Parts: sequence; C-alpha cells; structure tokens
Amino acid sequence: MQRRVAPLLPPAYEGAVVGRPGNDPASDRSRSARQHVSKQVVQLDRVIIRFAGDSGDGMQLTGDRFTSSTAMFGNDLSTLPDFPAEIRAPAGTLPGVSAFQLHFADHDIMTPGDAPNVLVAMNPAALKVNLTDLPRGADVIVNTDEFTPRALTKAGFASNPIEDGTLESYAVHAIPLTSMTVEALKVFDMGKKDAERAKNMFALGLLSWLYHRPTDGTISYLRTKFAKSPTILAANLAAFEAGWSFGETTEDFAVQYEVKPAHLPQGKYRNISGNLALSYGLVAAGQLTGLPVFLGSYPITPASDILHELSKHKKFGVTTFQAEDEIAGVGAALGAAYGGALGVTTTSGPGLALKSETIGLAVALELPLVVIDVQRGGPSTGLPTKTEQSDLLQAMFGRNGEAPVPIVAPRSPSDCFHAALEAARIATTYRTPVLLLSDGYLANGSEPWRLPEVAELPDLTVAFATEANQTMPDGSQQFWPYLRDPQTLARPWAVPGTPGLEHRIGGLEKADGTGEISYDPTNHDHMVRLRQAKITGITVPDLEVEDPDAAARVLVLGWGSTYGPIGAACRRVRADGGSIAQAHLRHLNPFPANTEAVLRSYERVLIPEMNLGQLALLVRGRYLIDAVGYNQVRGLPFKAEELAGVIKDVISNV
Amino acid sequence: MSEALSHSPGLPGLPALSLVPKTDAKQSAKEFKTDQEVRWCPGCGDYAILAAVQSFLPELGLRRENIVFVSGIGCSSRFPYYMNTYGVHSIHGRAPAIATGLSVSRPDLSVWVVTGDGDSLSIGGNHLIHALRRNVNLKILLFNNRIYGLTKGQYSPTSEVGKITKSTPMGSLDNPFNPVSLALGAEATFVARTIDSDRKHLTETLRAAVNHRGTSLIEIYQNCNIFNDGAFDPLKESATRDDVTIRLVHGQPIRFGVDGSRGVVRADDGSLQVVDVAQAGEDRLVVHDAHAEDPSVAFALSRLSDPMTLANTPIGVFRDVDRPSYDELAVAQVARAKEAAGGTADLAALIAGGDTWQVD
Repeated sequence: MQRRVAPLLPPAYEGAVVGRPGNDPASDRSRSARQHVSKQVVQLDRVIIRFAGDSGDGMQLTGDRFTSSTAMFGNDLSTLPDFPAEIRAPAGTLPGVSAFQLHFADHDIMTPGDAPNVLVAMNPAALKVNLTDLPRGADVIVNTDEFTPRALTKAGFASNPIEDGTLESYAVHAIPLTSMTVEALKVFDMGKKDAERAKNMFALGLLSWLYHRPTDGTISYLRTKFAKSPTILAANLAAFEAGWSFGETTEDFAVQYEVKPAHLPQGKYRNISGNLALSYGLVAAGQLTGLPVFLGSYPITPASDILHELSKHKKFGVTTFQAEDEIAGVGAALGAAYGGALGVTTTSGPGLALKSETIGLAVALELPLVVIDVQRGGPSTGLPTKTEQSDLLQAMFGRNGEAPVPIVAPRSPSDCFHAALEAARIATTYRTPVLLLSDGYLANGSEPWRLPEVAELPDLTVAFATEANQTMPDGSQQFWPYLRDPQTLARPWAVPGTPGLEHRIGGLEKADGTGEISYDPTNHDHMVRLRQAKITGITVPDLEVEDPDAAARVLVLGWGSTYGPIGAACRRVRADGGSIAQAHLRHLNPFPANTEAVLRSYERVLIPEMNLGQLALLVRGRYLIDAVGYNQVRGLPFKAEELAGVIKDVISNV
Repeated sequence: MSEALSHSPGLPGLPALSLVPKTDAKQSAKEFKTDQEVRWCPGCGDYAILAAVQSFLPELGLRRENIVFVSGIGCSSRFPYYMNTYGVHSIHGRAPAIATGLSVSRPDLSVWVVTGDGDSLSIGGNHLIHALRRNVNLKILLFNNRIYGLTKGQYSPTSEVGKITKSTPMGSLDNPFNPVSLALGAEATFVARTIDSDRKHLTETLRAAVNHRGTSLIEIYQNCNIFNDGAFDPLKESATRDDVTIRLVHGQPIRFGVDGSRGVVRADDGSLQVVDVAQAGEDRLVVHDAHAEDPSVAFALSRLSDPMTLANTPIGVFRDVDRPSYDELAVAQVARAKEAAGGTADLAALIAGGDTWQVD
C-alpha cells in the first residue's frame, strides 16, 4: 500500500526535510525542491493561518500537524485553538465551527496573531464565523463542495458568497476539496464517506506545499497513528500528498511562500502546549522534591488533559486518582499530602468553587498542596472551551475566614512548566496550598520551548520532621506540630509512620505551638495574623520592568496569559516611536516586594485583563494607585493591534 | 479476574494488615489515650465506642505511629483527638475522600474513618458510596444516633419518618436511609452492624472488620442521650432485646427470639421473611453466608428491620467478601510501570519528547 503512494510525492520531498534547512544535508534537498517547482517563491517574515471547519472536520488535528512541521522547520510560532464545548455540535451550523490559528515567523513572536493572512474554510459556516476577522486582501481557501444551497442556508447566507461578490476584497481560492480527495482515494477499497473524511489531510497537504513545510513529520505521525489500519493510513497519506501535488500543479496558486527559520537563542527546542508543560512541570516537581506525586482530579474542560497526561507517567512515581467529584479530588490530594506526597489537584473555574472548603482546610492544616485552575469563561458553566482570567479574586479570597493562599500565574504555554515548579517550591517550603492560575489559552495554545537542562532545575528537596522539637520544663521532649520555622513561619511536616511524633490536627483553631484545640480570643487573633504573615513573607523574585528607552511615562502591568499580547502591543507602540514600559506579574500573592516602587515610578499604570478589573482592584486596594483598566471577556486573547491602540490612547492622555 | 488484576504483583490474597509495621512492645489501652479531656456529653454512647477501640487496638500489635484516624464533622468526629495515633479532624462529609488519598499513597498505614449518620449519609454521602465501591483500604466506623447532635437536635437522614425535632416541629417527612442497605447497594465488600452498649459484640465486629481487605463499614448504633435518648432501647433492654435482635453468625441458621423461636426463611417472591420456627420448620431456615459473592441475601437481611420499631434488626457481619483493594491495585500499577521502565525514569527524555530540533 505504502509503495503505491510514494510516487505521488514530489521527488525532492520524498526523503523529506529533516530538521532545519541550513544545518544538515536535507536543506540542500529542500532548496533543490524549490528548483523543481516552476513557481515564484515569495519570502515572508510572518504568516497567520486559520483552519476552520465543522467540529467533525479534523481542524484541530490539521492545525496541530501544521504546527509540528512549522516547529521542526525552525520558525517561532504561537497557536490558538478555538473550538466549541459540544463534542459534535449539529453539522454545518455556526456554533459547530472549530478553528485553529497559527502564527509563525522568522523572528520571535509573542501571540497567535490578530488577523489571519489565510483562512481555510471547510464549509459555509466556517466562512461566515471567521470572515469578520479577515483583513482585506487575505487569502481565502474555500471548499466549494460544501457550499450547497442547504449548507448556505444553515450558515445564514442568502446567496453563495463565492459568487455574489461577498468575497471580492479577498484572494479567493475556490477548490472542491472534498471531491478532489474522493477522486484521489478512489483506488482504495473504501466508501465515499470514509474517503471524504480525509479532506483535512488534502487541505494540510495543500497548505504544506503553499508554505514550504517539511512533510516527514506528518507522514511519520500518520504511520504511527494508523499503524493498525493500513487502508486508512494509505488513504490519509494519499490525500495529504494529493493536496501537495495539487498546489504544485494548479494555476490557482501562482506563488509559493517561504518563512525562514527564526533566530532563536541557542539550545534544544520542542513545541509544547500549556497543559503538557504543566504536566511535565508536575512530574519534574516530584523528581526535584523527592516526593511521590499524587494527583486527585475530576475531569473538567480545559484541565482534563493534565489528568490524562499524568496518568501516563506512573514510572515517575506519579499516582493519579480520578475522584467522584471535585471535592474528593482535592480531598484525596490533601490526604496524600498529609501522608507525605506532593498532593496536586487540577480543575477549572466551577471546580475551584467546589474545592474552596478543602483549600481552607489545607490553610488551617498548613500542609503543602498544589491547586491548578485552568481558567475558563464564567460565571457558572460559562464558556468551557474559551479563555478568561476571571478567577483571580476567587483564588485570592474565595474561602471562608481569613484564608490567604499564594497565587502563581504562568505567562506562556512553556512557562507553565516553570510555574508548576514554583508552585511546588512555595507549597513545600511554606506548607501551604498554592493556587496556580493557568487559562484555556495557555492550556491549548503552543509555542517552541527551549528545553531546560535537568541539572539546572532548582533543588526542591523536602525534609520531614523526624524528632521532638520542644523541651518541657521537666526536661521531657514533646512534638509540637505548630511550632514554626522562624524564617519561613512554616510548621513541621510530620508524616504518619514517624515514631514519637503522633499528633492530631484539624480545621478547628489551634493553639500556637502545641496545635491543640483553642477557642481563646487572643490566640485566634494571633493565629490569623501568623497565617497571613507566613504568606505575606513568602520570598518571590522582584518584578522586572522592560522599558528599553527608559523614557516611558506609562507602565502596562499584566499577569498570566496576557503577557504575549501585551508584549506584542508594546513592540508595536515602540516601533511607532512611542515609549512604553511593560511589567508582568508571575506572583499575585504575595506581590513582589518591589511592586509598589515600580508602579509609582510611572505616571500612569494600565492593566489589561480578560476580566472586569480584578488585578486592578487588588493594586488599588493594596497600593492606592489609581490604575487604569482595559478589560475584555470575549473568551479570546487580546489582539496586539487593539492593545497597541489602547496604550497609545493612554500615553496621549498622560 | 480481569487482566489488570491478574497481572498485579502480590495479588490476590494480600492480608489486610500485612504492610503495616508491627511492634514487639506490649501495648495497652492506656497508650492509645491522649491527654486531651474528652468533651462528649456525659452519658454519650461515644465513650463506650472510644473505650472499645482503645482496648481492641493493642491486640493488633501495630506500631502506633502507623495508625491514622480521619474524621469529618460532628460529635463522633472529635474521636481522633482522643486517640494517641496520627489523626485528622477534617471537614464535613469529606473524611472518606481525604482518607482515600492517604491510604492509596501510604499502604503502610492502618487508616480509620470515624463518621456519623449526618456526616457520612447526608453531606458526605457521595464520598461514602464511592469509597465502598472502590474498596479502599479503610475501616469506617459509622456512629448512627439517628439525630444531629452537634447542631443541637435536627433530624438526620436515618431518623424515622415523622420525627419531631427543632427543624421538623410537625414531623420529618423524608424516608430514612438504612446504612447497611446503602452500603450493600454500593457493593461494599464488608458491612456490619453493632451496638455501642454491647462491648463484646462491638469488639468482635471490629476484629472481623480489621482483618478484611479493603473497605469495612461498621454501622454502630450509638445513643445520643441529649437529643435522641433511648433511640435503640428495644435492642438494649433485657425485656425486648432478644425479641427484636437478629444476631447474624456466619454458617449458622438465622434464628432469634426467646429460645430461638423465630427464624428467617426465603419467601416465594425471593425476599426474606421472619417466621415462627415451629410452624415453618428448621429445615427452611436460611443459613447465613457472609462470604456469598452475591449481595442479594445480605441486602434482603438488611431490609428485615422496621425503621420505626427496630423489630427484626440484624446485627453482626452482613457481608465479608474478598476483592482486591483499590490501594493494592493503584500501588501495583505504579510498581509495574516502574518495573517496565527498568528503574530508570529519565526526566530529560520525558520533557524532550519525540520531536526536538537544535538551534545553534
């Protein structure tokens, strides 16, 4: 079967491009491939492609494959999957549209891009939903086979947009993707419906040709994925290659584009999504602390992938427990932490609400616990597959009583790895639950990641209590579970099985030191302040400011996943001659010690957030600084161009 | 047996406490007592249960530091403070969840859950049934006093219909749970019932429970002398005791009453029925089989008792069947994964994955 397919490959690509052009022999073949193609090759510095289709069209897979090839080619990149919560929304409808946007460039980039240069629309609904984002002059590749009267009506088109002038401002490539796929696969013994399903591979092949992507990664991916189904494998390979060949031979595409590899810092790279990086960070945290990892979790979008991923890594001493509900997930993690494991629970917004009481217990028990909230649109069930930053105040205050919890927020997909280590460091050092706030954009988005050297990762070794810590007036030795380390204010972590340290702890207020139940008013006041002082005193790195010309009067302050869009917006402002400073908070509780000084050194502080001003509220309350908010809750990350405009407005009004 | 189970090392047949370290030192009840003043109301049934547990534990010879009591919220949940072992007094209803995480990650511990009828059957009902279904290695002591004590006297999910309490001045409306029926419905592998005032029976039941592999649920009828005094009097008073109590003994025909005059037989519709032995004939009596794989007969036994009068109330071990515990299986999976990796788990290789490229 495979042999039959192979001749379809363009000869120079048969061996495929291995690694990046320019540093191995394959690059010569890549160049010679261009010579085989009689088309003009246009150099671009960056491209934004959006694949859009029905939920069942395989757009996420198509996007993933294109991303992998792009990463292997050496471009910098950033991705944004955008899909509905329904597994299969009614076919052909607007709510059923699933999209994947990829931004890749020959230089370092910070966002998945504002507006696509190329839209691949597999059906009328995909065109309808995405057309508004498309700048004039963009390329639109439409699958004409799906533009039937019925499908047009379903998508709300009164007439066919390909023919009625709707698309006259765009470079339209009307291609019967479905029927060409079926035609290419007619040699295989398979039904028409099955053949049609390979149309995403045809589209991938075409785009791979158009942007000069290496093909070997996709070919080996398909070989692995369909190893047990030779016919489906051959069909997918054939569709992929037919798409490539079509690009090469059709007159519809006069040019082929090339985006040269980016000049990234030296090192070994891979492409990684936020949820995967977070999962690896948790495995690494287990190795670096020397503790077994125990994940107690209940499936919830968009956090479930962390449960899936960790369940594969038992050989690293990771135990995963799919609990009966969110409360049991965190409860089991806390129980494991009491037993000396690195207890972790993963969830998203509504799940965090359910875990509140147990997190409060962890505050009272003063045990390490890592709580991961992959934020999504709220309130309530909200927008399960869309991103938002609206759980900051829930993380900060969402418990009864004075129950302070440290908060760590990663700024990019790959940063989720390091944020997980930081959360584990704080949890184990200070014996406290820590909230890690990721979000849907970080979770599913991806970027190239320069792999850290394992030997250079921080040492997080943990020491359990082993002996009595208090000498009584009569000379006898006792163990006091709430006697604190004077530096960190952390109490000893005395795990069951340690002789002589038997003790009882609970959610009732405890007497300072002994940990015995105490209803004494003075003691309670003291303990509340002690717990707060412990969190306030956590050592976190200073806030860094990027202010290249040191002339900025306005500072943009962000946290979490807005780092990319804010950074890209600042670059635009600077490119246009403006001065703007950027600072990004990784630690939201406690804030870095220099935060106030940094904020006060600028005339105006602008805080863009994907919520209605939660960090701004904290900054105002804490520092009495009248920060300006810029807020959107559209389920999507900010666009750099729009933010640049906001920044310029603020600058001009200072 | 499924493939997963048959490939697990050490399975089946791992004795319940085999992984918990023992001590050679002689232990007594005194060592299991703490210096904390016991704060239950004078006359509370909890005292008797505490004393029974403290007196029973020494016979196991386990190292004290390897025993953990986990509780929720309620009068009974103060129990851990009085046990000189490790202990966690957690939050309402969640003790089984917390204990599950502890037990699964620490197979060397003997983990006990102390809970009440409100804690385990109302707010914590979900965690209870799932712990039972999974067969986590927990010994659950469910103190059932059929009332909310700590909140001062509201009806509980085991209170009889029509109960007049502070929150139900015209009588409670909802049908009570029978904890034994519920546990059997959740496919618990060990389910027993005993009474706070019957020290001998209570201790025997603890002994059977502790030697069981997986979750053991013991419902303990416990008197709240403040808010529901005398709730179990028919089972306790000498005048009525023998008449209403069915003492289950594995392998024995089920008969009770004065001179064993009454017994349990199978009715035509498959349910169980209490009959006059003289009339029905001894041959028809059901022989109690606690080890029966099918929980149907045990369930039928649990349905004999009348929630209003407590007539025909079985006590003893309803069900005790062998099934690998969740802990063993979870630990075995991790061990198997480590073994398959040959003891090498390379973090650098993990994070690099299959597709990397070098930038020079």
